[in-house]
Amino acid sequence: MAISLKLNGQTHQVEAEPGTPLLWVIRDELKLTGTKFGCGVAACGACTVHLDGEPVRSCQTFVEDAEGAEITTIEGLNSKVSKAVQDAWVELDVVQCGYCQSGQIMSAVGLLSENPKPTVEEIDSFMNGNACRCATYQRIRAAIQRASEMMEA
Amino acid sequence: MTLNTSRRGFLKSAAAAAAVLYVGVRPNGALAAGSAPAQLNPFVKISADGTVTAIVKHFEKGQGPATGLTTLIAEELGVSMEDIQYEFAPSDPSRYANLAFGQMQGTGGSTAMANSFLQYRQAGAAAREMLIQAAAEAWGADTAELTLEDGILKGAGQEAPLAEFVAAAAQMEAPAEPRLKDPSEFRLIGNASVKRKDSLPKTNGTAMYAMDLHLPNQMVAVIIRSPRMGGLASGFDDANAKEIKGYIRAAVLPNQAGVAVYAEDTWGAFQARDAITVDWDFSNAESRSSDQIREELLAAVNTDPEYNVTGADQAATAAQIDGAAKVVEQTFYFPLLAHAPMEPLTCTIEADEDGGVTLHDGCQFPTGPHIAMAQIFQLPMEKIRINTMFAGGSFGRRATPTADYQVEAALAFALTDRSRPVKLVWSREDDITGGYYRPAVAHRVRVGLDADGNIAGWDHRIAAQPILKGTAFESMLVHDGVDHSSVEGVAGSPYQIPGQHVGLTDVAKATTVLWWRSVGHTHTAYVMETMLDQAAHAAGRDPVEFRLALLEGGGADQQRLAGVLKLAAEKGGWGSAPEGRSQGIAVHKSFGSYVAEVVEISGNANDGVKIEKVTCAVDCGIAVNPDVIKAQMEGGIGYGLGHVMRNEITLTEGEVDQSNFPDYEPLRIGDIGAIEVHIVPSAEMPTGVGEPGTPPSAPALANAIAVNGPLVTELPMNLNGVSFA
Repeated sequence: MAISLKLNGQTHQVEAEPGTPLLWVIRDELKLTGTKFGCGVAACGACTVHLDGEPVRSCQTFVEDAEGAEITTIEGLNSKVSKAVQDAWVELDVVQCGYCQSGQIMSAVGLLSENPKPTVEEIDSFMNGNACRCATYQRIRAAIQRASEMMEA
Repeated sequence: MTLNTSRRGFLKSAAAAAAVLYVGVRPNGALAAGSAPAQLNPFVKISADGTVTAIVKHFEKGQGPATGLTTLIAEELGVSMEDIQYEFAPSDPSRYANLAFGQMQGTGGSTAMANSFLQYRQAGAAAREMLIQAAAEAWGADTAELTLEDGILKGAGQEAPLAEFVAAAAQMEAPAEPRLKDPSEFRLIGNASVKRKDSLPKTNGTAMYAMDLHLPNQMVAVIIRSPRMGGLASGFDDANAKEIKGYIRAAVLPNQAGVAVYAEDTWGAFQARDAITVDWDFSNAESRSSDQIREELLAAVNTDPEYNVTGADQAATAAQIDGAAKVVEQTFYFPLLAHAPMEPLTCTIEADEDGGVTLHDGCQFPTGPHIAMAQIFQLPMEKIRINTMFAGGSFGRRATPTADYQVEAALAFALTDRSRPVKLVWSREDDITGGYYRPAVAHRVRVGLDADGNIAGWDHRIAAQPILKGTAFESMLVHDGVDHSSVEGVAGSPYQIPGQHVGLTDVAKATTVLWWRSVGHTHTAYVMETMLDQAAHAAGRDPVEFRLALLEGGGADQQRLAGVLKLAAEKGGWGSAPEGRSQGIAVHKSFGSYVAEVVEISGNANDGVKIEKVTCAVDCGIAVNPDVIKAQMEGGIGYGLGHVMRNEITLTEGEVDQSNFPDYEPLRIGDIGAIEVHIVPSAEMPTGVGEPGTPPSAPALANAIAVNGPLVTELPMNLNGVSFA
C-alpha cells in the first residue's frame, strides 16, 4: 500500500505492506541508518524514534500507524533539548561501540522534553528500556544531568 | 606478547614525485616511507594539503583504538588531536599483523595498544624527522634548530605549516631509528582531556556500521540454521514464502549447515524465513541438554583430572589438606553465556571489477575470513579485499576460528550469479541461539588452612569445554593437551600459594564455544577470589590482609597486584561501609593488567540486593588515554556484573532455550548505582584494558553478598538464591 510519511520535516511516499515495522521503512526504504536494529521486539530501544515528540520503538510500530504523525529520527533532531543532549554526550565521551546511542539519545531527549530536571531515579526509570551492551550507563546518566544543566544556561 | 624493536632497518624507498607522504613499515618490519601506499604499510599518511591520517590496524568496537592509535601518531608527529583523522587498515597480514599473534591481523586479547605502542610512535616520529629534515634543507637551517608542534614547523627565524614540506619529505628515506619522545615530553599520551575521535559520528547517527551499508542493487540474505549443533539441511519448502513481498529465493548452503533465504530487503527476508520449513537430518546432531552437560562437568571435577596443569604432586597436596587444621571446600558451576553485541552480526560481499571480491564487515580478525574467502572463491589472496567498518560491540563474538558468519555470507554469495551484492543479516534470535558461547565450566576447590590460618594446600580442579583445541589457534594456547584458556587465572596466578595443585579435565562440547570478554578469567577469577575470601573468613582474617600476605615478598607481578588491591581498598573505603551496606573485594591479573574492585551493596540475598557502588583500581602500565581506560573499566564491570546477575544459555535436547533479550535480559541503567575508577601511575609498557575490568567484578559482588548471605557457587545469581532490588 502507498503510505505518506512525515519524517524529519519532509513528506515521503513509500510503498509498504501493512504491518511492516516503521524501523525497516526508515532504514531500508528511506536509507536513514542512524536508527538501529537491535532486537526487533522492543526490548533494547536501539530503534527509538519520536512520533509527535514521544519516544517510541520503531521496530514495534507499524508503518501505517505512523501515517499523519511527525516522525523524528536521530538525523532530524533539531531543538534546544536535543542540542544539549548531543553536546553533553560528546563532552562526556559517553559512547563506546555507539550502536545503541541513537536510541539512547532519542529517549534522553524525550525525557528532558517532558521533565527538564529529572532525578537519578527518574532517569533510571525512563531510560530502563534502552540497553547498552557496552554498559555506558554511568555516562548516560551523567550526560542527561549535564544536558539538564546546559538547558538552563 | 612480542614487541620486536630490533629489526628496524633503513630501506630505500622508490619514491616517485607525489605530494603524499606515507610512513610505516615494510613486511620485514623495517621503517619505511614513500609516496605510494603499495610500497609499504603506512601507519600515517600526510596529504599535500597537510591532512594527517592515522591508518588504524585494529578494529573499533568501542574499546578505543581509533582514538588510541591516533594519539600515538599525533604525539610523536607533533599535531593536535583535532588535526588528525583516522581510517581502518585494509586486510594485509604481512604488514598489519598483530605483533602478539604472529602473522595474523586481528584484534583480541586486549592487545591493541600493547602491540601498537612502539610501532605507531615510531611511524609518527619518523614522519616528524623527515618533515623537519625537509624544512631544514629548504631554510638552510640545522635540524636541531627546528621543532614541529601542532602541525607547525618552527625555527631559525622561520615558521610554516607542515603541508609545505610534504612533497619534499615524500622523496626521502625514512630514518632507521627516529628519536621517540621521553615520557616527560608527552603532551597527548596520558592526557585525560584527550577526547574520543568517534564521539561525534556516534552521537548524530552518521557513524557507519556494517549493518548500515546499503550497496546499490544489494540482496539481503538470512540463514535458517540447524537448531542443534551438527544438524544438516536436506531440503526445504518455500511455498508460503512466495507470497512475501521482496522474497527472491532460498537455497541449501553447500555445507548443509543451513538454508540461505534471499530477499530484496531485511524485513522481507525475515518474513520469508519464517514462512519456510526446512528438512533437517539430525542423525549426527547434538542431543544433550545443558542439565546433562552440567552433570558431566560436575562429575569430572570429582574424579582424577585428565591433566596436571602445574605439575604439582597431587597426592602430596591432598595429604597437606587432609592434615590441615581447617578445610574450606566448594564446587562451582558456570553456565554457557552469549556475547550479544548490540549490533547483530552482519557483513556484505560484493564482486569487484577485476574478478575479486570485497567483504564489508566490522571485521575483528581480517586474516581468518580473508583466507576462508580465498578458498571459497578460489581466488588469490590479493583478490580478496576487506573494508573494515565500525563494529557495534563484539566481546569476542566477531572473531571466531571458523570465521563463521563471514563464511556464511561467502557461501550465500557463491550460490548467486554474483551480479548483486549480498548482505548477510543476523537477527537477535540468530545471535542468541546461534552458538559460540562462553563454555560451561565447573570447578572444585579444597583449601587446607594450618593452625595459624595460613594456606597449607590448595587443590583446584577444573572441567571445561575447551575453546581452542581443534581450532587454528590450537598451537598458540594448547600445550601438552592443556587448553590454557580453561585454566588461565588459576594456573600462573601471582598469588604465592603453597602446595597448589591445578588439574583439568576436558568435557566434550554440546555447542560451539568461544572466548567471551576475558575468556578463562570469567570463571577462574570468580573461583580464586571467592575461595580466598572463604579461606580468609575461616582463618578469621581480613580478606585484604589475607591476600596481601600471599603477595608479600614477591616480585613486580605481586607488587603491582598488591598495589591495585590497596588502592581500591583505600578509595572504596574498605572496612568502613555505611550503615546497611556490605562490601566485597576482588583483585585479578589478566592480559597483563592488574585490576581490583570493591563492590558495595545494600540489602541482602533474600530481600533484594542493590549494587550501590563499584570502586575500581587499574594498573595497565602507561595510561595512553586515561578516559578511555576508565570507560573500559566501567564497561567491563557492567558486562561482568550483568551476566552473573541473571544470564545463562541453556539447552534442551541440543536446542537453545533462550531467544532474545526478554529471556537473556541485559544489564539495565538502574542496576549499578555508581562506578569510580582510579588509574595507578606507571612507566611500564601499556597493557590491555578491554577485558581486565570484567574478571574481578563478579567475585567482588559475590563476596559482598556473602557478608550477609550465601556464597553463590552456581550462576546466574538470580536463579541461585539471590534476588535483586
